[in-house]
Amino acid sequence: MTTAPAAPAIKAKQRPGDRVFSTATVVSGSLILVTLAAVAIFLVAQALPAFTAEPTAFKGDAENFWQYVGPLVFGTIWAAALALLMAVPVAIGIALFISHYAPRRLAQALGYVIDLLAAVPSVVFGLWGITVLAPAVQPFYTSLTEWFGWFPLFAGPVSGTGRTILTVAIVLAVMILPIITALSREVFLQTPVLHEEAALALGATRWEMIKLAVLPFGRPGIISASMLGLGRALGETMVVAMVLSPAAVISFAVLQSQNPTTIAANIALNFPEAHDIGVNILIATGLILFVITLAVNMLARYIVERRKEFSGAN
Amino acid sequence: MSLTVTPQQAPTGRSTGPIANTLTAGKLPRFAALWVLLGCLAVTTAFFVILAVASETGFNIAAAVFLGVVLYGVVIWVLSRVVEGTRKAKDRLVTALVSTAFTIALLPLISVAYTTIANGVPRFDLQFFSESMRNVVGAGGGALHAIMGTLLITGMAALISVPVGLLTAIYLVEYGRGKLKHGITFFVDVMTGIPSIVAGLFAFALFALFTGDPGIRMGFGGAVALSVLMIPVVVRSSEEMLKLVPNELREASYALGVPKWLTIVKVVLPTSIAGIITGVMIAIARVIGETAPLLIIAGFTTSMNYNLFEGRMMTLPVFVYTQYMNQGTDVQAYIDRAWAGALTLILIVALLNVIARVVSKLFSPKTGR
Repeated sequence: MTTAPAAPAIKAKQRPGDRVFSTATVVSGSLILVTLAAVAIFLVAQALPAFTAEPTAFKGDAENFWQYVGPLVFGTIWAAALALLMAVPVAIGIALFISHYAPRRLAQALGYVIDLLAAVPSVVFGLWGITVLAPAVQPFYTSLTEWFGWFPLFAGPVSGTGRTILTVAIVLAVMILPIITALSREVFLQTPVLHEEAALALGATRWEMIKLAVLPFGRPGIISASMLGLGRALGETMVVAMVLSPAAVISFAVLQSQNPTTIAANIALNFPEAHDIGVNILIATGLILFVITLAVNMLARYIVERRKEFSGAN
Repeated sequence: MSLTVTPQQAPTGRSTGPIANTLTAGKLPRFAALWVLLGCLAVTTAFFVILAVASETGFNIAAAVFLGVVLYGVVIWVLSRVVEGTRKAKDRLVTALVSTAFTIALLPLISVAYTTIANGVPRFDLQFFSESMRNVVGAGGGALHAIMGTLLITGMAALISVPVGLLTAIYLVEYGRGKLKHGITFFVDVMTGIPSIVAGLFAFALFALFTGDPGIRMGFGGAVALSVLMIPVVVRSSEEMLKLVPNELREASYALGVPKWLTIVKVVLPTSIAGIITGVMIAIARVIGETAPLLIIAGFTTSMNYNLFEGRMMTLPVFVYTQYMNQGTDVQAYIDRAWAGALTLILIVALLNVIARVVSKLFSPKTGR
């Protein structure tokens, strides 16, 4: 290889076609930034009246906006956290199964099967949750309150329909499984093969190899995948709107018929009939949801970005 | 760590009796795990069959399989611990757990597919695809208006998102450098995480401010909301595909004196078109099932509406939702329609996915050799 001595840069001839095309691409790229800014600006503009609204404008017995949105924020985070708690261990298990346990030839097909879950529209999951899952788990809930009712989470009285926040969290967990699985699988497959072989050569069993080589390498990946799943669970609307029997309460009990609802579901249920200031209030809650998911997603992306620098895989 | 425990297992212990083959001593026979699994499943199945006969309830297959697998985990752990030692036992237990995790994920998938087909088929008839819900109370009626609305709104969304998304991807791969590129990449990622209902609220706020109508509902707004959700997906997938085009092709084109934009249009895009179309199809499949934003900005109606810019417009996911949530006197008719709509929706999504795979198979550039 010979490198030419620093020659004066030859300026390419600027043709009109080039200029039009490159401008078009820059404009489209900037359009994305503009859109994101517009989302924030328009939501704020429509939300402002809600912060100074009269106490009578709020449904229920909330005095001001923050009292109104409080239980909703709690419900949103609580449902998403429960879903995450269930989804992450299973997702890691599936990702390990596909990347390290399943026969090589089957692995890709099994990956597709899990991706199929992501293709099911949320409204279908809602329909399934309310007609199949809720009745199926209700007897189980009843025995849970009978045996473990002393534990605050499972306190009675049990819901007779099974339409509780735990059922919602189960459906949400199923919905965020594919995204967490797909991302963790990618990270697990990037584990340096030399590390794995070194562990095996030292006599480690397969589980010890995973514990020593794969999991430490994949930890940041698992964390960011979980955060992205959390972001999705926070914003999921239809399942919560259809399955949950809502109430404006802050309660950790997961098996009762009085459940805290989520911001998104509250908007979907009330928006069609809302008018005047009611619309502004719902948009303001949407703004809060936007801020929460934005924070979670940016944190996740930040972890991914930081990891890229030292992984060597990219 | 547990690696240091190994010496305790040295041949000093349990050497009673003759050992046939020292290499296979201290190991379970080759297919032991499989037989134990089958045995455990047989035991739990028998237990639940007896329970079903005794209490005259239905046979609970999910519980039988689940408890069978749990039992397998316990039995294989104990067995392996006795014969093979703690480390092997733990390994076998984890293998069982990981496989169980995969089966757990399959259960909802099978259940959703089964219930949708079983409940959707009764109303999956010609009437469902040829009539709207106008003046229908109780049985009858169809979802033609919803299917039409879904096609129009999703088509419009694709019309907006594909050019914008593709051009952005071209910018990121071919032109972009510095802060703007970094910013766009980051915010495209952030945009993927916008909750769908927020996209709907955004479209509503936008059009409510511009038209001055505080209760605005129109199909075009739905298309804008879906575009907000769709653009980042298109950008991501197209970007990946453009990156796969080898630099040699671009350099060969430049060397022949072809301008940059013609190189992109005539060389880069044709090479990656299969992957781009696949990505677009998958993006459409993702937004076509969105309910929340359309519920907000497109609203719902029972009549046909072909005009994207005026009036409420029904879409298939919203149809499913409203049929279920606003049941009339003849409850079963509404539920049947909801399931038939869900089945149609799933079939459309599946079809889009299949087309995507076929396109990527057929039109991807032939690699030499």
